[in-house]
Amino acid sequence: MSDDNLLIDATTKIFEDLCDPQNINAAKDDSWKQLLWNALEESGLTSAWVPEEFGGAGASISDGFSIIEVAGKFAVPIALPETLLGGWLLSNANISVPKGIMAVAPTRPRDKVTIHSNGTLYGQVRGVPFASEADHIVAAIEDAVSTKVALVAKNNCEIKSFSGLSGDPRDTILFDNVDAISIQELEGDLSYRSVKLMGATIRSLQIGGALMAILELATEHAKTRVAFEKPIAKFQAVQHNLAKLANETAAAVAVANSAADTLANSPDNEQAIFFEASSAKIRTGEAVGEGTAIAHQVLGAIGFTEEHILHRFTQRLWDWRDDFGNESEWAVELGALIAENGPDELWPLLTTR
Amino acid sequence: MSQSINFDPIRLPPEAEELRLEVREFLADEIANGSFNPSSSILKSGFDREFSKRVGKRGWIGMTWPKKYGGQERSFLERYVVTEEFRSQNAPVTCHFTADRQSGPVLLKYAQEHIKLDILPRITAGDCCFCIGLSEPNSGSDLFAASTKATPTDGGYLINGTKLWTSNAHQADYMIGLFRTSPPTKENRRHGLTQFLVDLKQPNITINPVRNMAGKHDFNEVVFDDLFIPEDHLLGEVDSAWKQATSELAYERSGPERFLETYYMLPELVRVLGKEPDIRAKEGVGRLVAQLHTLRRMSVSVNGMLQAGKEPVLEGSIVKDVGTIWEQALPSKARELASFIDDEPGNRTNFDELLQFSTNIAPKLTIQGGTTEVLRGIIARGLGLR
Repeated sequence: MSDDNLLIDATTKIFEDLCDPQNINAAKDDSWKQLLWNALEESGLTSAWVPEEFGGAGASISDGFSIIEVAGKFAVPIALPETLLGGWLLSNANISVPKGIMAVAPTRPRDKVTIHSNGTLYGQVRGVPFASEADHIVAAIEDAVSTKVALVAKNNCEIKSFSGLSGDPRDTILFDNVDAISIQELEGDLSYRSVKLMGATIRSLQIGGALMAILELATEHAKTRVAFEKPIAKFQAVQHNLAKLANETAAAVAVANSAADTLANSPDNEQAIFFEASSAKIRTGEAVGEGTAIAHQVLGAIGFTEEHILHRFTQRLWDWRDDFGNESEWAVELGALIAENGPDELWPLLTTR
Repeated sequence: MSQSINFDPIRLPPEAEELRLEVREFLADEIANGSFNPSSSILKSGFDREFSKRVGKRGWIGMTWPKKYGGQERSFLERYVVTEEFRSQNAPVTCHFTADRQSGPVLLKYAQEHIKLDILPRITAGDCCFCIGLSEPNSGSDLFAASTKATPTDGGYLINGTKLWTSNAHQADYMIGLFRTSPPTKENRRHGLTQFLVDLKQPNITINPVRNMAGKHDFNEVVFDDLFIPEDHLLGEVDSAWKQATSELAYERSGPERFLETYYMLPELVRVLGKEPDIRAKEGVGRLVAQLHTLRRMSVSVNGMLQAGKEPVLEGSIVKDVGTIWEQALPSKARELASFIDDEPGNRTNFDELLQFSTNIAPKLTIQGGTTEVLRGIIARGLGLR
């Protein structure tokens, strides 16, 4: 527990110093990005999920999740979670992990990368977070018999730049006869779906973290903003709205951490991982809708400006709910499983977790 | 922030999961013996003293209490499993549940030793039903406006006044009542109320039924006319009942019964939808299951924190607020999702019957045991807003 807190404290300190939302919001250029990345890389946080024998920090799965939740609290706008996920994927395919920034593809359920008979990669994947800022792309590939992982130099791919609601890159990557640096099979029990579920859990944790941050922002604002001769926190309508924001935040944090705990401590339990991670992405996605609406309502016109930092959180929350499957997509998958199992298996499934 | 929100991902321990299998076996036997029918028992009163006695025999009532009072000294997480298994099967727990959850723990903490030795073992045997006398004609959510009076007299108190909306008073053996012993003070409007143990099986008490809109007799009006309560039935400190309800609230509000009251609609929905529902129904069911899983994880977490000696009052209120809103909305969501199923004769008879019932009782879910508004006030206080 104390080790865990040390890691959280160290991560928090880096973000406070180099990724303060207020400073970034006011920054004239992107020079802070390199400083932040260097600090994260030097401290080993970017390679947390890479074992020491592959040159990484060799942290536990649960430590990596802690880093990601803190990144959510700061609405960190660089490819830290992506690089962690990339490192995890490569390590699990016995591919040595390069230095620098990685992006992971695909992140949309219906996009696919395929391997041609000559060993090159094909396919178009959309909405890939930070592809244009990455040095390497890590692609997950599903074929008839196995799941493979490919490490590709970004410069070998054609990238069409797009941005998400937050302005962070959500690019289209065109793999057209692209040579990979390495292609290997994913090891152990991990499947193509495991990759999506890991991504969904990562985003759920970021969402939980960012909701905690906007709850605090909105609460502090309500205590200090005076209207009708008293702080708006004294109005019952405002109190109840903030209570609802707290409820949604609590639900998101609880279900995201439950999924993270499952991946960290029951890595071989495929059914549990699907149930927990899909539920987490569904419920955190729902919390984003209600939670961001309330935070904006409480902050009023002030929170709708570019100058205020609220949008740094809310726009990323909207982006994150679409990465690695949105709540509708996962709900259809989960609902299909429940229907197939039948009514008598529902309670036993719920109580396995 | 003045208080952070914590929901540690606590898992039920192995001994609780072993107990779950025992409970499932017990319930399966009860169902096989015709003691209740899980697909229709919800339409009945849920009061079955003989069933409660059999539960008591297994040691599953007051199971966290000390052995010398009939308890088993088991953990709150074990009790959690028993509670949720009984709820999920719609077992008739009305006779013992109030005493198990609330009244027993109050007696344990505030009653005199000879009272504890007398009553607690009867509760754990499943043969002692409790009700809670808080609301009155002119005070519901505002508990501290209660005006039913307890006036000191020789050897005890005389009670005069009326309690209202008292669930199960007509079947209960005892009430834990909140009565006024002094007027409120200027500094503290919560001052002046005292908790008492009331034996309901005696004259000077009139219990009148108040039927609810679902056609059931659950509520009652309880009228006290110079009812004598002996001195030793006083619970805790005179005039200070308001101090006595802090940590218990988290237990009362965070249990699985706070989101499972209409749970039967969900498996019944899955049943009528069949193995391959349309994409809309799949999405709807997926969302409901994800929401329920989240609630259950939150609830287990709060109970785990309680077991560890913490006082997650804010988290407990959040569970009840989110949980009761969810169970209240469930019937209507099931209704919408079942709109396009094949209407084979008999296919949805049971679904429709349960839907009518759950729709009718849904309004009470966000009122009983602390309204949504009261809970949000507590949460807002936890956030430092008031």
